[in-house]
Amino acid sequence: MRLSRRSLMGLAGASAGAILLGACSDDAADPDGAQTINWWHIQNTEPMLSVWAAMAREYEAARGNLTVEIQPLENEAFKTKLTTATQAGSPPDLFQSWGGGVLRQQVEAGLVKDLTADVQPWIGNLLPVSVEPFTIDGKIYGIPFDVGMVGFWYNKDLFTRAGVTAVPATWTEFLAAVSRIKAAGITPIALAGKEKWPAHFYWSYLAMRIGGPTALQQAGTDANFDTPDLVAAGTRLKELVDLAPFQKDFLGADYSSPDGQAATMVNGGAAMELMGQWAPSVQASLAVDKKGLGDKLGFFPFPAVDGGKGTVSDVFGGGNGFAVGRDAPSSTVDFLRTLLEAGNQRKSAATGAVLPTVRDAVDAVADPNGKAVAASLAAATGFQLYLDQAYPPALGQQVNDSVAELIAGSKTPGQVVKDITTVAKNQ
Amino acid sequence: MTRSVTGPRPDTTAGPVRPKAPAVRRHDHRPGLRRLGTIAFFLAPALVLFLLLVIVPILVAGYTSLFKWNGFNLPEDFVGLDNFSRALGDPIFQGDLRRGLVLIVLSVVIQLPASLALALLLNQPLRGRAVYRLVFFAPYVLSEVTTAVLFTLVFSPSRGLGSTVLGWFGAAELGGSIFADPGTVLYAVFFVISWKYFGFHMILYLAGRQGIPRELTEAATTDGASGWQVFRHVTLPLLGPTIRISLFLSIIGTIQLFDMVWVLTGGGPTHASETLAVTMFQYGFRRFEVGYASAISIVMFLLSLVFALLYQRFVLRRDLEGALTTRGVQR
Repeated sequence: MRLSRRSLMGLAGASAGAILLGACSDDAADPDGAQTINWWHIQNTEPMLSVWAAMAREYEAARGNLTVEIQPLENEAFKTKLTTATQAGSPPDLFQSWGGGVLRQQVEAGLVKDLTADVQPWIGNLLPVSVEPFTIDGKIYGIPFDVGMVGFWYNKDLFTRAGVTAVPATWTEFLAAVSRIKAAGITPIALAGKEKWPAHFYWSYLAMRIGGPTALQQAGTDANFDTPDLVAAGTRLKELVDLAPFQKDFLGADYSSPDGQAATMVNGGAAMELMGQWAPSVQASLAVDKKGLGDKLGFFPFPAVDGGKGTVSDVFGGGNGFAVGRDAPSSTVDFLRTLLEAGNQRKSAATGAVLPTVRDAVDAVADPNGKAVAASLAAATGFQLYLDQAYPPALGQQVNDSVAELIAGSKTPGQVVKDITTVAKNQ
Repeated sequence: MTRSVTGPRPDTTAGPVRPKAPAVRRHDHRPGLRRLGTIAFFLAPALVLFLLLVIVPILVAGYTSLFKWNGFNLPEDFVGLDNFSRALGDPIFQGDLRRGLVLIVLSVVIQLPASLALALLLNQPLRGRAVYRLVFFAPYVLSEVTTAVLFTLVFSPSRGLGSTVLGWFGAAELGGSIFADPGTVLYAVFFVISWKYFGFHMILYLAGRQGIPRELTEAATTDGASGWQVFRHVTLPLLGPTIRISLFLSIIGTIQLFDMVWVLTGGGPTHASETLAVTMFQYGFRRFEVGYASAISIVMFLLSLVFALLYQRFVLRRDLEGALTTRGVQR
């Protein structure tokens, strides 16, 4: 069953000469023949939805005899659909990926194309930190078009009203600021408790600040999360939870629904949220006036923890990228290269929804908060990919589940690391 | 299945005629070779589809449940019954069973009696009766996903219709919390299930009630039975077959509950509304532990199958044979 669907179809309709070509790998297929690139991505809202579409049409026009079929999917729907497609052994030609443990599983199943040689001429244009999650055992299996980090987005007006003049630099100051904001009758933090990934940011950052930038990678490698540092991360998070800082009924809230985390934040219902570089554009799309907080929105990195081994400049985050399916037509990698050209990256960056990975496009970021994030990222001393992408899927989901249980108050910090360790050992 | 019911039938007492009559009949019913061919010809498509879409997937799930497998390529890591023993020791799986039982009990104690009461009420001569029937049946026509989306809006954490309505009674606080509180979320899910399905059961009961001959209730009334006595001794026993079927559908539906919970709560907060099917989906499509997910699906299948067989054997037996009441069943 190693014969791919594509070569089968080639065989079926081909003349005697074409049979020889069809039996070879896809790279050897007639470069002038008609090709279709199946492209799945999750930028299913404006502005990127039409930006990607325009780039695809442009590429089709330049190449002729080539079609790019785009399937924009919602995040959760995409994950489910990709799982089904990959498990059936037929991944799309070009598809969204965050790298890490999920990509590794797909690579190990032989579903993803090794791009190392193809991208050699131009991969040097990209920020190395952005390529890292897509590099598996020294080979490149995906190309990031966006890279960023998680940090606190805050409403300057609400901070001022609560009398918080400086952004908190340590966890102690942060807890004090939360108490102060709460005392002023303002909800300190918006959180999407129904979706568990936004909550895992808190625990992961605390683990990095307390245990150092490599603490979580180490725990994954050792399959042991039951360490004093990681228990302390849970204990510190519990200190925050005990202040009841989140909006009412946050356990039932989504991230991007009209009553979820981003909407609460942008409509003045909370003073801050811990979220990635995409936060301002999601906020704007959910704002009552469709504009977002604008000048009122500020950004500060996750505070340091006194006595911790990590520093404020260690970042937690990741990028969005694309991987190429094993049966993709030969033009797919070239199309990917076009998407990552400086000019196209500048177009994406100018929308404010993407922080570019190409060095020459970084100055196209116009928004001051976007610039702040890019600067923090450029000066990063350590990097950790989102845990639900970095680890194998079962482990990543367990982290999300366990942190959610900690925040809901049904598990202690000690139980959380034990549960995660159990799953890690089973991988 | 036929052993105990042949007793009262008249043909068993007709001793001498017995050998001959069946022989003639049997001859009539013996299919010729051509008839067999026709049967096979017409049966084949259905049989092939049934094999491919029902039997084969069950066998495949049974096979993969014996492996530790992430769903990519072919399963290789054979673990025997480990996935099943893991499920039995998994607190989430145990919780699923417990929550399923709670939903079943709530359905039997609250939802079905309420549907029955409503059906009997709407059987009375009542102005606008047809409109009421239509209104109460309408939710059943909606898909599960539509219903769930509707209720996420009603019980949205802020600005939901639930908060507004409950606000009139001074309980606005409850509106958004109902899905966010692990203590109430399962009852909230039950409420939504009931909202969608009570109309379906009501229609079943209504149809069953109209099948009861008027003379029977009239005779009982003439004999001096009170309204309650007529219900208890005439209506309820004659509705027996309908009630038993509705109970069956309700329980099987609960064992397989997925769409509604997935959209309403995703199983949360902290697994408080998770069902077997939701857990299966989580492991299969989120954690890529397809072997374990298969084991859970097999458990679901066996639960449904065993329940269905036992129920048909012990509860539906007389109904399937066309008896009207359970009176006089020899057990």
